Amino acid sequence: MPTDAPLLQVEGLHIPLPGGSERTYAVEDASYTLANGEILCLVGESGSGKSMTANAIMGLLPEHLTPTRGRILFRGRDLLTLSEAELSRERGRSIAMIFQEPLSALNPLMRIGDQIAEVLEVHGEGDRATRERRVAELLDFVGLPDPALLRDAYPFRLSGGQRQRVMIAMALALEPAILVADEPTTALDVTTQAQILELIRRIQRAKGMGVLFITHDFGVVADIADRVAVMEKGRVVEQGRAADVLDRPRHPYTRRLIAAVPHREDAATKAPPSGPSLLEVRNLSKTYRPGGGLFTRPRVVRALDDVSFTLRRGETLGVVGESGSGKSTLGRCILKLLSADAGEIRFQGRDIVPLSPRQFRPLRRHLQMVFQDPFASLNPRQTVGRILSDGPRANGVSATAAVARARELLELVGLDASAIDRYPGEFSGGQRQRIGIARALALDPSLLVADESVSALDVSVQAQVLELLKELQVRLDIGIIFITHDLRVAAQICDRIAVMQNGRIVESGTPAQVFDAPEHAYTRRLVDAIPGLHWDPRAAVA
Amino acid sequence: MSFLRLFARNKGAVIGLVILGTVVAIAAAAPLLYPEDPWRSVGRPLLPPFENLRFPLGTDMLGRDIAAGIAHGARVSLLIGLVSTSVAVLIGVGLGAVAGFLGGRLDDLLMRFTEFFQTIPAFAMAILLVAIFTPSIASIILAIAVVSWPPVARLVRGEFLTLRSREFVQAAVVIGQSGPRIMFSQILPNAMSPIIVAGSLMVATAILTESSLSFLGLGDRNMMSWGFMIGAARTMLRDAWWMSVFPGLAILLTVLAINLVGEGLNDAMNPHLRGRRA
Repeated sequence: MPTDAPLLQVEGLHIPLPGGSERTYAVEDASYTLANGEILCLVGESGSGKSMTANAIMGLLPEHLTPTRGRILFRGRDLLTLSEAELSRERGRSIAMIFQEPLSALNPLMRIGDQIAEVLEVHGEGDRATRERRVAELLDFVGLPDPALLRDAYPFRLSGGQRQRVMIAMALALEPAILVADEPTTALDVTTQAQILELIRRIQRAKGMGVLFITHDFGVVADIADRVAVMEKGRVVEQGRAADVLDRPRHPYTRRLIAAVPHREDAATKAPPSGPSLLEVRNLSKTYRPGGGLFTRPRVVRALDDVSFTLRRGETLGVVGESGSGKSTLGRCILKLLSADAGEIRFQGRDIVPLSPRQFRPLRRHLQMVFQDPFASLNPRQTVGRILSDGPRANGVSATAAVARARELLELVGLDASAIDRYPGEFSGGQRQRIGIARALALDPSLLVADESVSALDVSVQAQVLELLKELQVRLDIGIIFITHDLRVAAQICDRIAVMQNGRIVESGTPAQVFDAPEHAYTRRLVDAIPGLHWDPRAAVA
Repeated sequence: MSFLRLFARNKGAVIGLVILGTVVAIAAAAPLLYPEDPWRSVGRPLLPPFENLRFPLGTDMLGRDIAAGIAHGARVSLLIGLVSTSVAVLIGVGLGAVAGFLGGRLDDLLMRFTEFFQTIPAFAMAILLVAIFTPSIASIILAIAVVSWPPVARLVRGEFLTLRSREFVQAAVVIGQSGPRIMFSQILPNAMSPIIVAGSLMVATAILTESSLSFLGLGDRNMMSWGFMIGAARTMLRDAWWMSVFPGLAILLTVLAINLVGEGLNDAMNPHLRGRRA
């Protein structure tokens, strides 16, 4: 074994896509190297082939996708030429992988400790007693509290961050030389993400492993990477030291991506909104009582706890919080998709909480919503024209007028008028989100609730959609409640930000106040957890 | 990929479709092929098959043409299968949609009602209903429909329950569409695939149920049916095998064909199963 060979070397890797796809190669001529003791970040948008190369390294590609050319050298040995049996020996022992969704990667019916012990057992490591000791050691090492107790817990008892820690413990069980991490923090809250990133960095240093870290988030890259490779449409377009790629990007695609990273607007460019008050929420409360059968008392979850705020015309209020903070419940209560338990929602002076669905329906057109998932929020069996004209039709507009309006709207959101006869399935995520925005605007609302409306989109598309929302707001003078988990996005688009925790608004103020002088401890934790906080993407592409 | 090509990938489904097409053609052409009443004696009794070309499948103990009986029986079987299934699907979709969409107490009530029907053995109830209402084509259709709607209702309820919480349905609420409109224009089209698949398989069950009823002598006295032919032949099983074998084959092939087609529809319409077979 040549000692000077890099730990992992991917050379000219080609993975063809099955015939009839939009491009011939999922991965085309990809080359990169991973040295001992470094973290290489593979960045790219969805469909760039970044996960595919990781799966190729692990030998986890589905059968219809087989690399045709290129080599994957692990300490000088080509992994692509190994038999399945040889590869299984390497998997786990030399190269381990962690995934985005830890819940689906864990066996729900097996205790945590047994799952970790199984990894050791499969590879014939030690006897029962030494394995038990090792499991306790690993659980402790990945920072899980009370390993003795957690060992016997089932996966559903654990939080998302704890599950990811368990996955990392399993991956580390055999002290692999390489850890492949495929978007390991994407499904986690920011504060948890920061902890997991910290953990990965700590174990990488402690064990001197090579880490191949796949992500779409440049903030995460800025926090964790030693070196960066940027992928676009299956090709590696730029790679180099993290500082070079992040601060002095050369390839136009990298520059575009970095320019699209959400960032704070300069406070000076914005005038404080001074329109008339549009929506006043007073002491709103909503309690869920899940569970609770005949003999068990229901649990009580206070999703909204005495929430109050005011929104003016032409103003964007950001509602920021982690999962379970009640931010989505707030949006749904305002639109009466959920009914509030107590409090007032005054829309243009009228309290809408006590209205029955029938009484509220005529008012609905003034309050519209842009949903999170561009794939689930459009009826797959209806044409775009039908989707856009359904709203006006339900509010008494004639069919011809509604279709004419639909054409105008498509133009307004930057789509071709020919889209009208096509089905949602024929559009990309960003285009679908534009259709969702057009649907909301079809009724000339004065209030728009955007619930995580850009979270499912790639950064460059996300930037476009944010730009569109901002432009439409100026033109149509509507109030927007922008619900998001991403503080960076909120800072970019919002006039004011309200931070929610456990159903309460713990702090609110302008982005400058919230970011630079957070008063509440939770806000400070959130701000500190923002990935890439100390990296300024604007300076890089200025 | 187009629906037809997806369907055609399943060889069994194509074979089923061909057999089913033949049965439909025979049923449609029965009055032309055998213009005489199938109940009339037209030849020597108990003529074995393949001996007299005028009666290729032989005759029964009263000299009735077996081939004519099968052709006319196809009409009855298909008619009863289709109409009773349509009625059952209508009831099932109606109750299931309301239960799944509105939820709450009404859902509980409707589902207990559905379970009440499911606790009674289907065939026993069908016999009872036909016996009470005197055997006729209408009472047979009604009886089959009444015993076969509960599974449809449960299926539709489940589909509506999951689709109701989907974002596009919430979007329809937000733009101010009314409840019934959301049920029929937003949710139902998305629930159609499993309903069609379940319906196609129910046709086969309905044909079997009708044959069983006729076998027990609870068929419509004015219409020749496969089940009746087998029932009439049971005392002659050792002397005239052809009297029961040919109608039996007809039932077997038709039910098999419908099941194959249903399976093919399921494969083609259910995206989760796509690419399951290489």
